[in-house]
Amino acid sequence: MSTPLGFAQSTVGRKVIMALTGLLLVGFVMGHMAGNLLVFNGPEAINGWGALLKRSALVLWTVRITLLVAVGLHIWAALTLTRLNQASRPVDYARRVPQASTLAARLMRIGGVLLLAFIVFHLLHLTTGTIHPGYEFSHTDVYGNVVSSFQVPWVALFYIVAMVALLGHLTHGIWSFFQTMGWSHPRLDTIRRTIATVIALMVSLGFIAIPAAILGGVLR
Amino acid sequence: MNLTLKVWRQPSGEARGRLVSYAAQGISADMSFLEMLDVVNEGLIEKGEEPIAFDHDCREGICGSCGVMINGMAHGPMAGTATCQLHMRSFQDGDTIVVEPWRARAFPVLRDLVVDRSPLDRIMQAGGFVSIATGNAPDAHAILVPKEAAELAMDAAQCIGCGACVAACPNASAMLFTAAKVSHLGLLPQGQPERDRRALGMVTQMDLEGFGGCTNYGECTTACPKGISLENIARMNRDFRTAALRARPESAGAGGAP
Repeated sequence: MSTPLGFAQSTVGRKVIMALTGLLLVGFVMGHMAGNLLVFNGPEAINGWGALLKRSALVLWTVRITLLVAVGLHIWAALTLTRLNQASRPVDYARRVPQASTLAARLMRIGGVLLLAFIVFHLLHLTTGTIHPGYEFSHTDVYGNVVSSFQVPWVALFYIVAMVALLGHLTHGIWSFFQTMGWSHPRLDTIRRTIATVIALMVSLGFIAIPAAILGGVLR
Repeated sequence: MNLTLKVWRQPSGEARGRLVSYAAQGISADMSFLEMLDVVNEGLIEKGEEPIAFDHDCREGICGSCGVMINGMAHGPMAGTATCQLHMRSFQDGDTIVVEPWRARAFPVLRDLVVDRSPLDRIMQAGGFVSIATGNAPDAHAILVPKEAAELAMDAAQCIGCGACVAACPNASAMLFTAAKVSHLGLLPQGQPERDRRALGMVTQMDLEGFGGCTNYGECTTACPKGISLENIARMNRDFRTAALRARPESAGAGGAP
């Protein structure tokens, strides 16, 4: 247990890995969402932000690789723990009535799979530009890419559905972060749920605002 | 009251089990759930059938022996009670009640509603104790115990080891049990010398027994007849994490010349 490998093998250790990588990813989506909102300030603002992010290849790839490793570890922990949890009750109850678990908690796994599918699609869609239904992708015109892609209703709807999944995932995930890291205290316990809900709502509504505004014709 | 029971019957661990229906007639609302099972069993014995096997001992909610899944809820619908403290007035005349054993890979069914809960004993053996000097009992006030620590430790020590947390958890995780036991000694001054070893040992044993992990559903604390709080799981996570970081390789410990 005194080795990093032993720590990662334990159920508690894997939850800590899940929590820490989750924290990094929450930080990323908060920054990503804030940057995205520049789209409401017009093409110059968002295109300038995009150019700034890509100015140093070293910084860009350091961040990208860190995020990919974090996502990889997060999924590894989730996958191995889920398999263990499912194997822990080989014979199920004829009847089991959940008493306490929230919908967000129960949809964590399926929501996580949906988010993974979304991330793959999103990278192919707005990072590499491999998927570009009905318009030409440009590596410099962020505003043009965003506006023309979200004018396709199914793309906008898929993004909105994925961000609703993110809302649920963060609501349970951020609250769980405190619990897994051992930060439970009567003073903290009253605000843990609030912190999680506020961050989750802020991030998901911020993201949803963009496809919703384009679909509604506010941005064009 | 007249009720229909659907009880899990399984002659032995190896045998296949199934739910069998029984009519429980003339049941008083003042009976406990276990007394109701006693009445049904008397009827079965009179008919020459094998009675339903279930664990029980004190029948006052302190021993942790009893415990079955009643209509999909560990210890039944009453909050903060063990099965023996559940009374039939919690049910309506004509109800159908499904009675199943705790279900977990780590808790194999021995017979009918009786499961083997010795994994919980082995978790205790892996660190749920304090090593003390024998001899004369020390003065009660020899070691100062902060009042808050004493109260939190006693809250955790209320755990009776019934296994309802494992039964109610969608992952069949024993984290609430283990956390209660890690906490109740870890909070007291007497538990400090072995605090790291306790957290590491008990969590490791818990994993070895084949229980699931915690996903923070909170089903355990709701099912717990003693209301053990989730704060204990947070404390165990913290203790385990710091202990894992602090632990030194075996060879680097105390010792004389190399």
